[in-house]
Amino acid sequence: MSLNRRAAMARLVAGRGDDLLVVPGLGSTTWDLAAAGDDPRNFYMWGAMGGTAMIGLGLALAQPDKRVAVITGDGEMLMGLGSLGTIGVQKPGNLAVIVFDNAVYGETGGQPSHTQNDVDLVAVARACGISACVDVRDEADLEDLAARLKRLKETLFARVAINADEPPRVLPEKDGVELKQRFRAALGLKA
Amino acid sequence: MSVPAWQDQLFDTIKRAGISQVGYVPDAGHTRLIERCKADPGICDVVLTTEEEGVALAAGAWLGGARAALLMQSSGAGNCINMLSLMRTCRFPMLMFITMRGEWEEFNPWQVPMGSIVDPVMKLCDAEVYRASEPGEVKGIAERAVRQAYGDERIVAVLLSQQLIGKKVWTK
Repeated sequence: MSLNRRAAMARLVAGRGDDLLVVPGLGSTTWDLAAAGDDPRNFYMWGAMGGTAMIGLGLALAQPDKRVAVITGDGEMLMGLGSLGTIGVQKPGNLAVIVFDNAVYGETGGQPSHTQNDVDLVAVARACGISACVDVRDEADLEDLAARLKRLKETLFARVAINADEPPRVLPEKDGVELKQRFRAALGLKA
Repeated sequence: MSVPAWQDQLFDTIKRAGISQVGYVPDAGHTRLIERCKADPGICDVVLTTEEEGVALAAGAWLGGARAALLMQSSGAGNCINMLSLMRTCRFPMLMFITMRGEWEEFNPWQVPMGSIVDPVMKLCDAEVYRASEPGEVKGIAERAVRQAYGDERIVAVLLSQQLIGKKVWTK
């Protein structure tokens, strides 16, 4: 039994507070986050596949008093697996990397990803030195993850098993300069 | 009057610019600069598995109000190409210091193909490209690169010639 991706995203960002900064991966997780409600503290991705976790790391190191949630897909994470090692070396206490895993490349027609075979992202993250790693398989696990995200104090990795359905796309702003400027302005930085 | 070592000039530039995150893949040419960054409590040194991670790191740093720089060898430039589209699309500052291989006195022919195309590849990625070949010009070029990267929100690549860095010793 796996979870509905839209409902899972909505749960993770519900009542988020000003201190949660969210970086989704390109494709479905960006549509999921937009569907959960727009917020200037979302940095939507329309490209840069494989870079989402590292954007989260740079942001987490720059803003140690905020919580940073990278919420991406299995295909996007697989392209940047090395960044889990890099994050495992840095271990910022305010960074969560959450992977919505449906074991397919949804945006390109549902081709199988490595996680459909023997690649275990939770085991990879643990082997990369991230000690708090969770596998989210049902509603109770999701509640636990949402609670951990709320009181984030150590680097967290989570794999969330989601259905391979494709809900209608909800497209957010795609002007990268605008997304950057509104994000910085929301942090009180010069746009 | 002698000028400081080029690595120390770059370190001083990094400090003056208020750069607080330095990403790098271990590199012989950058060894001294990496060591100085690691020793500085005001700099978070981020060792990477591949150079493109450092591009995304710099984007995240800037989103959070911090400045990052990326140190790499010329072979790493090719690893960055797609990720640099993030910097161009969003106009993120991107400052890269690239030690060159595959040119002056190169012993290893496998370094030549990438080394010989760093300049045009970076220009195609919309980067401003500068080259420093003498210790006396490093500081001026680096300071200009900093102004352009963070002031104008541009991609800037500073190529450090193999002549500046010196020959790699292959047999001891």
